[in-house]
Amino acid sequence: MDEASLRELGEHVAAIAPSAVEGHDLRLGELTLKARREHIVPLMKALREDPTCRFTTLVDICGVDYPSRTERFEVVYHLLSMHQNQRIRVKLSTDEETPVPSITGIFPAADWFEREAFDLYGIYFSGHPDLRRLLTDYGFSGHPLRKDFPLTGFVELRYDESQKRVVYEPVRLQQEYRKFDYLSPWEGMLHRLPGDEKASTE
Amino acid sequence: MAETQIRNFSINFGPQHPAAHGVLRLVLELDGEIVERVDPHIGLLHRGTEKLIEYKTYLQSVPYFDRLDYVAPMSQEHGFALAVEKLLGCEVPRRAQFIRVLFSEISRLLSHLLNVTTQVMDVGALTPPLWGFEEREKLMVFYERVSGSRMHAAYIRPGGVHQDLPPGLADYIYTFIEEFPAVLDDIEGLLTENRIFKQRNVDIGVVDEETALAWGFSGVMVRGSGMAWDLRRAQPYEVYSELDFDIPVGRNGDCYDRYLCRMDEMRESIKIMKQCLDLMPEGPIKTLDKKISPPRRGEMKHSMEALIHHFKLYTEGYHVPPGEVYAAVEAPKGEFGVYLVADGTNKPYRCKIRAPGFAHLQAMDHLCKGHMLADVSAVLGSLDIVFGEIDR
Repeated sequence: MDEASLRELGEHVAAIAPSAVEGHDLRLGELTLKARREHIVPLMKALREDPTCRFTTLVDICGVDYPSRTERFEVVYHLLSMHQNQRIRVKLSTDEETPVPSITGIFPAADWFEREAFDLYGIYFSGHPDLRRLLTDYGFSGHPLRKDFPLTGFVELRYDESQKRVVYEPVRLQQEYRKFDYLSPWEGMLHRLPGDEKASTE
Repeated sequence: MAETQIRNFSINFGPQHPAAHGVLRLVLELDGEIVERVDPHIGLLHRGTEKLIEYKTYLQSVPYFDRLDYVAPMSQEHGFALAVEKLLGCEVPRRAQFIRVLFSEISRLLSHLLNVTTQVMDVGALTPPLWGFEEREKLMVFYERVSGSRMHAAYIRPGGVHQDLPPGLADYIYTFIEEFPAVLDDIEGLLTENRIFKQRNVDIGVVDEETALAWGFSGVMVRGSGMAWDLRRAQPYEVYSELDFDIPVGRNGDCYDRYLCRMDEMRESIKIMKQCLDLMPEGPIKTLDKKISPPRRGEMKHSMEALIHHFKLYTEGYHVPPGEVYAAVEAPKGEFGVYLVADGTNKPYRCKIRAPGFAHLQAMDHLCKGHMLADVSAVLGSLDIVFGEIDR
């Protein structure tokens, strides 16, 4: 797909679903649509059925966490059209409480992808038939891919010989987890250093 | 006659079961011997790869990709390398592209050999795995010769490949290419017309076009159903557009056709490998951009600049400009995609791994409904499931 036809496609989608699309953007040869959360289901339906789009394959759904934003989560959908040989990315944003309408009715494949996003980020999907945890342990609490979840987690497990079962305990690190600050001062030096003012002649 | 209470029977399949291809737990609801519902419980091999990658530099992330689909490690590295290169806007030298294609196809052989032969084992044959694993061992030696490691190679890195092919390796691969088709013939001779094998696989787990699209299938799972969709042809990366190869497609979309597709794909891979060796030019094997690819050991001994680059690249790593990208490769199991969000630092902000097996496994319920209990393992085998990539 060349850039011109992708741009055309973006405008086409914006025209067929004007209430659902907030904007579209073309970067690195990839088309991204910004969608409104409440209109995601009709938008997906349009993308699948419209003869110039025909995005019949749902490739992926994933969450991304931006804690500094008011709506901290982004849900990213990737679609593929085998008929037109093109790809599209649809993004929307949500927060910890607001559910996103589930698209399992349109793409059955969305089932596990939405469960995964719920499991790892705690994004709720309304209308999902079976929103259980998927990847983490039975009885796990927390959402591990959130940026405020520590890499080492909160609990660790071991087999207890006396109780003859696996027990969970708070994580105990023998040594503080090492987190190096790789960001070099030589490339990050944007501020004036002390003494810089002496360099100016005024 | 008095009314009798009939209830469905639930059984637990796995997590430790030889036909589960790893750690899969299936909760099956049976009506007699007919499967009513399949509920796969996954995540027993979840290692938090995506979280770990957020804490590693781009170069340090590469080995995690080997451990996803550990049957064909280099295909995964390839997907990640393509994503990072797209963000960096970096050109890969032609020789490196040929080496990558060569080893992607070696990975495809590794994966298909394992899948075909273990699927056969699930339905009762014991000899093919022994023959197949002998060939896999030879292929792993090729991995070892280029990277020093039989499986977890970390060989295809953003910017190119780690090292050039060692002298003499090409000859070994040539010999393999000549000898391997005979082994394939042997395996096919045991299976293709085998009565038991056909009874267990023909018309089992039929995937039609609608199912394949609705459940997000890719790779052999769509080709077995007669759709000629292959990313190597449809959205060519590296040098695939210059190579001559066919895309085998099935007709009925059942387990048997998928087996035939995999066997034919192995023959195509052999063709691609041969072309790669023939056409491979001399030249650099990683990008010449010194800010991305580390210097040679020899240069470091006398060049201060090279020493600094080496130090910076292996501690801090390179910074990737902000942006987001999705790159996909045709891995042996289907479309393996990496969605990478970079924030301008030396670590990925988010790296979502799209594994083909994940989409395939979730269709188990749909595929197995109405089949017999014994067919579950045949279907599971032909989906080509590896838990490293599903659980991540």
